[in-house]
Amino acid sequence: MTKQITASDINAHDKELLNDLQDALANCMKCGNCMAVCPIYKETSKESSVARGKLALMEAVLNGTLPISAGFDTAMAKCLNCKSCTFKCPCGVKADELILRGRQAAVKSRGLHPIKKNVFRLLRNRQLFDFALKMGGTFGPLTFKKIPGKMAAVSRFPMPGMDAKRATAPISSSPLRSQYPEVIKVANPKFKAAFFTGCTINYMYTDVGESVINVLKENDVEVVIPGTQHCCGTPVYVSGDVDLAKEMAKKTIETFEKFNVDYIIGACGSCTEALKEYPHWLHDDKEWHARAEKLAKKTFEISEFLVDVLDFRKDTLGPVNATVTMHDPCHMVRGLKITKQPREVLKAIPGLKFVEMKDCDRCCGSGGSFSLANYDLSRQINDKKVANIANTKADIVATSCGTCRMHIQDGILQNDMNQDVVHTVQLLDRAYKAGKSK
Amino acid sequence: MQTTQIEALKKIVGQDHVLTTPEDLYTYSYDATPGHAHMPDAVVIPGTTQEVSEIMKFANENKIPVYTRGSGTNLSAGTVPTKGGIVLLMTRFNKIEEVDLENLVATVQVGVIVSDLNDEVAKNGLIYPPDPGTVATATLGGTISENAGGLRGLKYGVSKHYVMGLEVVLANGDILKTGGKNVKDVSGYDMTKLFTGAEGTLGVLTKAIVKLVPAPEAKKSMMAIFKDLDDAGRAVSGIVAAKIIPATLEIMDNATIRTVDDYAKIGLPLDAEAILLIEVDGIPEVVEKEATKVMEVLKSNNAAEVQIAKTDAERDQLWAARRAALPALAKLRPTTYVEDATVPRSQVPAFLKAVKEISARNNVTIGTFGHAGDGNMHPTIVCDLRNKEEMERVYKAMDEMFKAAVELNGTLSGEHGIGLGKLPWMEYQHGTQGMNAMKAIKRALDPNLILNPGKLVGEC
Repeated sequence: MTKQITASDINAHDKELLNDLQDALANCMKCGNCMAVCPIYKETSKESSVARGKLALMEAVLNGTLPISAGFDTAMAKCLNCKSCTFKCPCGVKADELILRGRQAAVKSRGLHPIKKNVFRLLRNRQLFDFALKMGGTFGPLTFKKIPGKMAAVSRFPMPGMDAKRATAPISSSPLRSQYPEVIKVANPKFKAAFFTGCTINYMYTDVGESVINVLKENDVEVVIPGTQHCCGTPVYVSGDVDLAKEMAKKTIETFEKFNVDYIIGACGSCTEALKEYPHWLHDDKEWHARAEKLAKKTFEISEFLVDVLDFRKDTLGPVNATVTMHDPCHMVRGLKITKQPREVLKAIPGLKFVEMKDCDRCCGSGGSFSLANYDLSRQINDKKVANIANTKADIVATSCGTCRMHIQDGILQNDMNQDVVHTVQLLDRAYKAGKSK
Repeated sequence: MQTTQIEALKKIVGQDHVLTTPEDLYTYSYDATPGHAHMPDAVVIPGTTQEVSEIMKFANENKIPVYTRGSGTNLSAGTVPTKGGIVLLMTRFNKIEEVDLENLVATVQVGVIVSDLNDEVAKNGLIYPPDPGTVATATLGGTISENAGGLRGLKYGVSKHYVMGLEVVLANGDILKTGGKNVKDVSGYDMTKLFTGAEGTLGVLTKAIVKLVPAPEAKKSMMAIFKDLDDAGRAVSGIVAAKIIPATLEIMDNATIRTVDDYAKIGLPLDAEAILLIEVDGIPEVVEKEATKVMEVLKSNNAAEVQIAKTDAERDQLWAARRAALPALAKLRPTTYVEDATVPRSQVPAFLKAVKEISARNNVTIGTFGHAGDGNMHPTIVCDLRNKEEMERVYKAMDEMFKAAVELNGTLSGEHGIGLGKLPWMEYQHGTQGMNAMKAIKRALDPNLILNPGKLVGEC
């Protein structure tokens, strides 16, 4: 039996954590407004699924009524980190952050889940991680069966932690960063920008990386892809292992400081948000906080950069004849608050018909690794998204997050539909190419 | 509760629909009311009326308390399981069974979210008018049981004006039907009204037949600022005396105006004693005519400033202040009590003055906003439940406030219900005879006193 850890144990362990949590938790007036927007509560109708319930459980731990148990851990884990509750809350309670703190408390007192522990051990070591995923790419065809026409594959053999029928993106046989030189020159550079590839783009969706590079080149931006960059730390941070997340943030800062660039570009809502949030992660370390601020100020999501900084070229765009709808990833819409820019990118493309879907900003149910651990639940949430996509009669779904793309593509296949899911920037790339072949 | 009793419940509803882990139980120990929490022994989630009947029969025979619960957004501690036992969670009753366009009624299971019902009937140009602030979350059963109202109460009334029939499971497991689709129905005691607003003390609602009304074709919003509270009060009475019943007629007091402006920075006049927000709705021509008349009444009662919204965007802007009232107040301090003491509308200024004095006398922060047109005020007390000394002052202020409402011929609750929160003043309002009659009804329908025991009428 797990040793029951009480409030006083944690208190001794991390007094600061306890104190500032207490006030923040007391601000939840339990009005239940979060129930209206929580995708998980909509499926389960259980109080422990919704922010109000989770915050109550944290209060119970702090006042000594409940121990940090397996049940507490499970409740904290049942969150997509979609931030809908925080945005809905009339009292301004930052429920998403508090739930992460709850996970952190659970990790501190109960330790990480063994599977996560192993994955994180791998994540800590960039070279080992790189090696493992390269091997996965090389031997990928042996284990994954590719589904024709889509960036999707299903596993041939049962994989631990993965549902048998689930479609994922195939691991690339050659990661993005090994396909390009570290510095990609252009004739008359307007700016020098570093590309933070993130893991999904580097190892799986290399097509997105390719488009980012093409589009930046098309707009006279010199692209630098630091070879020693690594995971942004989000998966670790949201799992509650804050110490390792900080370590990874520092590595990223060091890596990008080595290149004297004007901007840092991300092409995934979550990674970009992480880089912009590093000052918050490192708030208690004066020196690192200052360095993180410098990095954060330079960081832009690709569509944000194209629209707000570059005012991207429109004269060379060729037609893309397709009906396109857009899914707003949680970390784009509620994290970075970037919703207009990707739409401006699409609307600038000749021939492209843009149709808004119902609830375009509702979570697709992916939640990073949430869908691995809770496949059936995440499928139910995703089915609603897929139904909204179907109603638009679009042929293409544009989005700006790799894991959303993967989850929605899986949903489309599971529902016997045939839309393609791509990153917004890929459509722009396609338009520039169409412009050239005119 | 004993393990064998839990097992018996699992047999009725299935293993997955009985929750017993401490974590799950804790999350059903509260509702949206501060200061009351108690763990149940089990959370039981029935799927059919038959299952509810079997659960009730079992609970009655074993004298286990049962608290029926929807989304738990109520503001009177009406769903807190104060004596342990079973929380009966009705969220699986989530079907809209019929929208009958010929009779303009809908037959709805009680776990349906009110705004989902409204979305469904909107397809046919209809509305279900009760619209409490929690309309996107609250269940139909919960709103009926609490007799919920909302912003449109002045013109459209509260839940009881729309419930035409009910399916109810009694404490002993008997299933009965009350009322129906008949517009005129005088057959027997009005059992439908009896169970509406009974806060789960007389039976378990499983299904309701509700009246739908045509959605208004047009709306017009206005805002008026008053330097003098009595002028604002006279404007409220004046509008109704001019034979106009606005859909909404809201007031905010000075404390609320200051707090809202500090929070939302919308440039409200900080020296104003009251702001009135009025919305008329209906047929476009009538709306125009009524809006003009309302403007006249506002001006003739010395409104310092009057604005009318010409577009939807302007309408949203006017409403921003009212929408910000509760969040702005709630953010001031950790604990928020949203009360709903109600007075005849002519007494609104007198009540606001009384609250202001009570607030100053007890050194307690109270901001009041609410539905001036129907006299339903929301004096909102912000404090910190963890501060014992402050809470003593808060309870004293509450006591004075509810007594003030009753003394002005008002009532303890306009739309939130009594539960435990307002129980201490029930006798003050209804007298011993009134309470005895209510308790007699309770004892007759629930002789073992298992349904939401101790609430609404107190111990029997």
